[in-house]
Amino acid sequence: MGTENVPSSIVQFAQLDKLLYLCRANSLWPMTFGLACCAIEMMSTGGSRFDISRFGAEVFRPSPRQADVMIVAGTITKKMELAVKTLYDQMSEPKWVIAMGNCAICGGPFKCKNNYNVVEGADKIMPVDVYIPGCPPRPEALLEGIMTLEEKLTGSRRWPRIQPEKIGSLT
Amino acid sequence: MDTSIWRPILYLIGFMAFAGLNAAYLGWCERKGAGRIQRRTGPMEVGFQGLLQPLADGLKLMSKQLLVPTGVDGILFRVAPILAMIPALTSFAVIPFAGNIQARSVELSVLLLFALASIAMMAILLGGWASGNKYAVISAARSVSQNLAYEIPMLVTVITVVMITGSMNLQDIAVHQQGGFWHWNIFALNKSILMPISFIIFFICSIAETNRAPFDMAEAESELVAGFMTEYGSMGFGLFMMGEYLNMVVGACLVTILFLGGWDCPFGLFPGVWWFLLKIYILLFTVIWVRWTFPRTQIYKLLNLSWKILIPFSLVNLLVTAAFIKIF
Repeated sequence: MGTENVPSSIVQFAQLDKLLYLCRANSLWPMTFGLACCAIEMMSTGGSRFDISRFGAEVFRPSPRQADVMIVAGTITKKMELAVKTLYDQMSEPKWVIAMGNCAICGGPFKCKNNYNVVEGADKIMPVDVYIPGCPPRPEALLEGIMTLEEKLTGSRRWPRIQPEKIGSLT
Repeated sequence: MDTSIWRPILYLIGFMAFAGLNAAYLGWCERKGAGRIQRRTGPMEVGFQGLLQPLADGLKLMSKQLLVPTGVDGILFRVAPILAMIPALTSFAVIPFAGNIQARSVELSVLLLFALASIAMMAILLGGWASGNKYAVISAARSVSQNLAYEIPMLVTVITVVMITGSMNLQDIAVHQQGGFWHWNIFALNKSILMPISFIIFFICSIAETNRAPFDMAEAESELVAGFMTEYGSMGFGLFMMGEYLNMVVGACLVTILFLGGWDCPFGLFPGVWWFLLKIYILLFTVIWVRWTFPRTQIYKLLNLSWKILIPFSLVNLLVTAAFIKIF
């Protein structure tokens, strides 16, 4: 399925749309929802050391109707596939999906010849906006994923991106 | 009293602005408070110290899809969030913020406020019922039993205040307590020895009436998804949240007027609206502090607390106060 082509509306309000997307990017409410061990890292992101709330994204809503972004944190098994799909369908538009961890990206370690019960990637069942690699990804990586989603919405990045070689020189 | 048409209109605009700002920024205060209590910083990046966060949330909620699921009762589903907001807004019309800052001085304003508070409960019941969702219906039933249980000790406690001040007008009750903290109803030990207990009972009941943690059985996330607002997205949910925060503000105003002397300064200096605001924000901070410090109770413990402890205590309190007034 991959990405979804949403036809753009006929009437466009350029500045208003920009404002709305800026607001949406700054209050991305995730859904209280975890599938496997990546969810532990997601909880840690909400905790005091990493603190997702700095970006206004700590409001984990228990109901899919109120959530904006679904963080698929963990392995989607065939048994959970229907539940995850239903939750995605229940979310009200506009909605985004972050695939967190290798299992949600492509099935991760379960993508093998004898795989019988793991869905190989969240993008098999719904459109995914941001992929966060890692097994599991560190909380910083999830924050980076949220910032990438903000960049996708607003077109500009919150902070300048640090080059990997600079990180190497710092340590 | 001035009966010109401009006074109510100006007050309407003023109170709408006050209510809107409070509903938006109490959410910010709550998130900041939660952050600080949990050794986090809370919202930081959206504006200075996250001050633009309520604006972003509000615009986002307004621009979200207005979703009415199939199988809901269409009219009631749409009416319920509005009904959650209106009683809280109406309550501001009779609350005296200072000696002359009051839209309408109603003779039975205490009674009116409690009647409006019961309508807010109806909103939760309607919202839960109309959603056609099992969690929402359970939440609505819980909310009704909780509100009924806590209204009784609350009203019985208010009778003690009405007895010692001799009026059901909030303005008169506040004027009665002017002139330093020893005149306040909470410390009026010469009128009834149990007034501090009245205050504690009333404060607990006001937290329970506004469905705040540790008594937020109506939206217990660990059991009931999101309670009565499970099916509400976008601004329907936003209105429920704003209604909750406004009910908190009204509750804090009531506690301030009934027990803490309204706009009176503790030492009799410069009484004015700033003392009133200071007191209600201290009370609101206490409510937020309690929410992020104590875990949620269970529904039967909550009802036991009301029926087995608060109601007997408030009845004894009423009798003792009546005896005090009769004897002294």
